[in-house]
Amino acid sequence: MIGEQFLVERRDLQKLLDALQKKGYETVGPTIREGAIVYGPIASVEDLPIGWTDEQDGGRYRLKRREDSAVFGYVVGPHSWKRFLHPPVLSLWKARRNGKGFEVVPNNAEPPQYAFIGVRSCELHAIFIQDRVFTNGKFTDPHYQARRQKIFIVAVNCVQAGGTCFCVSMKTGPRATVGFDLALTEILEGQRHYFVAEVGTEKGAEILRSVPTKPAQPSDIQIAEDRVARAARQMGRHLDTTNIRELLYRNLEHPRWDEVATRCLNCANCTMVCPTCFCTTVEDVTDLTGTEAERVRKWDSCFTLDFSYVHGGSVRASARARYRQWLTHKLASWIDQFGTSGCVGCGRCITWCPVGIDITEEVRAIRQSEAAQLSERGG
Amino acid sequence: MAVTLKPQVITEVFTDPMVPVPYRVRRVRRETADTFTFEYEALDGRRFPFAPGQFNMLYLFGVGEVPISISGDPAHPELLVHTIRAVGTVTKPLCQAKPGDIIGVRGPFGSSWPVREAAGNDIVIVAGGVGLAPLRPAIYYILNHRGEYGRVVLLYGARTPGDMLYKKELAEWRGRFDLQVEVTVDAARPDEWQGNVGVVTTLIPRAHFDPHHVTALVCGPEIMMRFTILELQKRGLRDDQIYISMERNMKCAIALCGHCQYGPHFVCKDGPVFRFDRVKEIFGRREI
Amino acid sequence: MTTLERLLSEHPFFKDLDPRYIKLIAECAREVTFKAGEFIFREGDPSNKFWLIRSGKISLEVFAPGRGPIMIETLGEGDVMGWSWAVPPYRKQYDARALELTRALEFDALCIRGKCDEEPKLGYELFKRFAQIIGQRLQATRIRLIDIYGSHA
Repeated sequence: MIGEQFLVERRDLQKLLDALQKKGYETVGPTIREGAIVYGPIASVEDLPIGWTDEQDGGRYRLKRREDSAVFGYVVGPHSWKRFLHPPVLSLWKARRNGKGFEVVPNNAEPPQYAFIGVRSCELHAIFIQDRVFTNGKFTDPHYQARRQKIFIVAVNCVQAGGTCFCVSMKTGPRATVGFDLALTEILEGQRHYFVAEVGTEKGAEILRSVPTKPAQPSDIQIAEDRVARAARQMGRHLDTTNIRELLYRNLEHPRWDEVATRCLNCANCTMVCPTCFCTTVEDVTDLTGTEAERVRKWDSCFTLDFSYVHGGSVRASARARYRQWLTHKLASWIDQFGTSGCVGCGRCITWCPVGIDITEEVRAIRQSEAAQLSERGG
Repeated sequence: MAVTLKPQVITEVFTDPMVPVPYRVRRVRRETADTFTFEYEALDGRRFPFAPGQFNMLYLFGVGEVPISISGDPAHPELLVHTIRAVGTVTKPLCQAKPGDIIGVRGPFGSSWPVREAAGNDIVIVAGGVGLAPLRPAIYYILNHRGEYGRVVLLYGARTPGDMLYKKELAEWRGRFDLQVEVTVDAARPDEWQGNVGVVTTLIPRAHFDPHHVTALVCGPEIMMRFTILELQKRGLRDDQIYISMERNMKCAIALCGHCQYGPHFVCKDGPVFRFDRVKEIFGRREI
Repeated sequence: MTTLERLLSEHPFFKDLDPRYIKLIAECAREVTFKAGEFIFREGDPSNKFWLIRSGKISLEVFAPGRGPIMIETLGEGDVMGWSWAVPPYRKQYDARALELTRALEFDALCIRGKCDEEPKLGYELFKRFAQIIGQRLQATRIRLIDIYGSHA
């Protein structure tokens, strides 16, 4: 059944959620909160942002009513799935004093078993990238591992591009090709509203058996593919990744870093919304009596001064150095570290940058200045 | 670059490397006004095998955790030895610990000095200030296996005679015929110091080793290492003969938190000891 | 080749110097020995000599009233001591004291200046070598200025 495609009517989508919940999954997915589409618990299809879309551009995000009642008619918001696999705040262990010493109790709490509803292709790739970060080296993050092992992924293929998307450049979308249990393509055509569902795993097949389906005909599949291809064509942003690692490594002292530093507020938004940024800090805290201590892990950002602190001061004291660190890590040293780019082209860092700094534009500026120099020399 | 990623198949189960193990302070020795050497033993009597150059994360209950390199003898894993300088919010109280006090230890982490690979070669060790501490296990190892090496030279620079670590041991090593030890200070009064005065790099042109068959182990503040490398290169050493120990903000020590990134490297995992040619493109570059 | 010429050509400072020049400058040189504790010169002395150290150790010191002598540099085998002979006002700026029995080759600076005037190519060669020594001393001083061993917490 893996690789096969089926039709699921819109009215039967709830049965998919029901089947997952019955299996013990906590269903989480897109939902509207505080004027944005974020990820949270989804009890029923009604919790999804039906009939809503998002308008995105550099430093701009607005929800808008759609003219139809599409269930997945928007792209990605400020949240990503990393908040479930790599929680923003996590207690690592607690310790209690006993005599002169102390006893450590690791946090072995069983994490929830999540079903992610509406994972976009770029986000799937973000998960694969974090897999490499957290479980592919000498050390493994047991907390990530415990969560990751259990998830069920319902992917959704994008049929329209967001305002800041560039997944085509990063070869991460818009079509989900691997790593999902089920993948849906939403089709609205006149009065018909249905999904083409592709089975990715045996687990996915089993869930889909509890949902009324019909085998998809080649024409159905073609329609779905056309929609996804349209999204790819709509994509307004582009990032040229040709030899990007070498490009950035040889331009560590480029004046563009100074220029971007005059705009960057060092707010760390880009790192918080990025689905692959993984940096954390730990806080060691005690209760008032000093008998109990706890180590709490929290998301951290390379945009903070403390991040690179060694006794005496910060290694990256300037905004220029911190922006350079973020961008060169994401697009260059990530490749050395994990064998892949750290960018999936989701566009979140562009949308949620308060001053609209655009990663694709920054790379282009550096690349073009080199090209200009070359042609000057040649001419 | 094309992202051709597949989801990871996760099967192995790992223990949590973030959980510290309790150790008891056995002995404290004052080295300088603000630096102390501690001997610790595990409460459960476990041994602590490590490689010279590796570090531990030391935890003080409720206060926090700091990376400190191991400065003991790798031939004596029953004893964990750290030399700590009281400079920060965690190291200050750590240095006040008394025998019997308990601390937490995670480790050992990181890469090590290439003492095995260097067998057959001359060795030149250049240390600055507290940089002698991470090198001491390498010195022990080399002296324990003295026959395997050619000439061995230890060059040590400190600000003043009072800032030198391991004074008694330095005197013992100086007494050996199979080890050239040169110590220098930035300035001194003639009544307190009879040795060299000058920066540690001035000892390099005079040190006795064969530049083509020598391995250099260098540890100290980053600027000291930069000038040391320049001198070693003047003597004719290639970049792949020089090893340095880098310092960055190690927090998790297991390459997951991102803090200690140094270009493409995680200092906690790929370092702290680096072969110089592997970092030379970024070494000395501002704010990397 | 005389013994003195051989000693000169063996010293690193004169490495690869044309034997013709070695012969010339040997006429200005002599072997000397300093006992431990002996002052070789004192601050303010006219600077009309310099030395190539063959063995031993010499400390350059300044005397600060109330603090006593402070060693600011030690020189040993292979080092050159003294370059103030080459530039006005030709005065020693520090005290120099042998810390142990020290053997050196001593040069009469007036004699050397004379040779250099006669043979400008020798002068150029010699000054290149002294410039390198001065540069190294300056570098060593600058490094110490930044207190390279310190932590700055």
